[in-house]
Amino acid sequence: MTEEHKKYLKKIKRHNLIVRISQFGILIAFFAIWELVAFLEWADPFIISSPSRIYKTTMDLYTTNMLFNHMGATLNETVISFLLSTFIGTFIAIVLWWSNMLKRISEPYLTVLNALPKIALGPLIIIWAGAGKQAIIIMALLISVIITIMSMLSAFVSTDKEKIQLMYSMNANKFQVLYKLVIPANIPTLISVLKINVGLSWVGTIMGEYLVSREGIGYLLVYGSQIFKLDLVMASTMLLCILASAMYFAVSLIEYLIKKLY
Amino acid sequence: MAKLLEFEGVSFIYHSLENETPALDNITFGMEREEFVAIVGPSGSGKTTILSLLAGLLEPSSGSIKIDGKPIKEMRGKASLMPQRDQLFEWRSIIRNVTLGLEITRTNTAENKEYALSLLKKYGLGEFIKKRPSELSGGMRQRAALIRTLVTSPEILLLDEPFSALDFQTRLNVCNDVYSIIKEEKKTAVFVTHDISEAISMADKIIILTERPANIKGIINIDLNKNLTPLERREEPNFAGYFKTIWDELEAHNDRRT
Repeated sequence: MTEEHKKYLKKIKRHNLIVRISQFGILIAFFAIWELVAFLEWADPFIISSPSRIYKTTMDLYTTNMLFNHMGATLNETVISFLLSTFIGTFIAIVLWWSNMLKRISEPYLTVLNALPKIALGPLIIIWAGAGKQAIIIMALLISVIITIMSMLSAFVSTDKEKIQLMYSMNANKFQVLYKLVIPANIPTLISVLKINVGLSWVGTIMGEYLVSREGIGYLLVYGSQIFKLDLVMASTMLLCILASAMYFAVSLIEYLIKKLY
Repeated sequence: MAKLLEFEGVSFIYHSLENETPALDNITFGMEREEFVAIVGPSGSGKTTILSLLAGLLEPSSGSIKIDGKPIKEMRGKASLMPQRDQLFEWRSIIRNVTLGLEITRTNTAENKEYALSLLKKYGLGEFIKKRPSELSGGMRQRAALIRTLVTSPEILLLDEPFSALDFQTRLNVCNDVYSIIKEEKKTAVFVTHDISEAISMADKIIILTERPANIKGIINIDLNKNLTPLERREEPNFAGYFKTIWDELEAHNDRRT
């Protein structure tokens, strides 16, 4: 390795270190300032809470065995709706790509369903599916499935026409075009849809829990705000941040593995 | 002896909601085995349509196309297309790109794979079989695309402006490579191009098309030394004469338009 290349690598390492330290520093500074503002009562700690109060509330939840119950319930609903929306959405997109007639018939319905605020369907879902876990999963599913269908379908139909022609010229059938070209060519879109679905599934689950649940982080948020226990609301929000980030990283890991495979 | 390829009174019309556009009008020509035919003509004259018909992607509105005396419908896969850009699949290694046609036709036997490997080695890609297309130069990618066309052992190669995406220097080199591969493998080729020099330097025969709906304006037999490379053929004394003849034919069309 030449001296010049060593210098170059050192510069890159230094740059990366500065970025990491800055990211971590901002987080520490944010919590420190927040704690200080609450401690010195520059703002009412009852309203703004504080990191130490959030920690105490979280520990209280832990000691009463409630922490993992609530986290588990929300995580379970989110993961189920995330997987269902990804699989169902991609499957429907494949069916619509396969049949141009079906695609054209479904276009106005997809447009209306996409524009519709899904929360409006909440009361209907509760009546049809019951005020339980199913209703929450259906709500979360509805929120992300339409966008999955539309994103995947749009990617499928914009697959390079010349490549499709090339495959047909090689005597390929439509199924071969699908699994040898259309699906692998759109893996990057699938990954970005997965990432979008992580966020949407959390939105759907929390929204569902607002409406019907007796457990879960959404329930804690509503309960905390109803009894004006802002520490609980803040603690729930922090837990949500941790869980959503963990799921996002899990999807990034899947992305890394897929990229390695392809 | 019957010709390998016979285009007999072929016409083709494109249909759209607004109108119908006749692309080809009564095209008739034939090709012998191992012949290299170039098709030149004004833009939009239907050159690519001829290749699409030969690849079985389109069906003629009237007329017939025969390969080895049999209707082209019964000979699917006998003519293999090399598109304008190499169209290698980035998620596949070079060897898996090259054997794509074999996978599709379920003829990915050990023998055929060995043939693909031997072609890759023979034409300088032996070290790159596990690489991704993005790791190859433009010229190497074109060679890989041509080998992908060759491994299914087609009767006719259909080359749709395969060098149009390359810079001039690479283009001249790739032209030499492609020409030598086709001659060594004793293949018959139909080559569509806008570039008159390229057509003269590679082809045994040049078909000049009229503007749309295309008809055949003339067929010129190129009598240049077949043992020379396309680059060397450009230095031949009668090269300029062929160029002028074809240029004049195409210019006559432009003059009529202006």
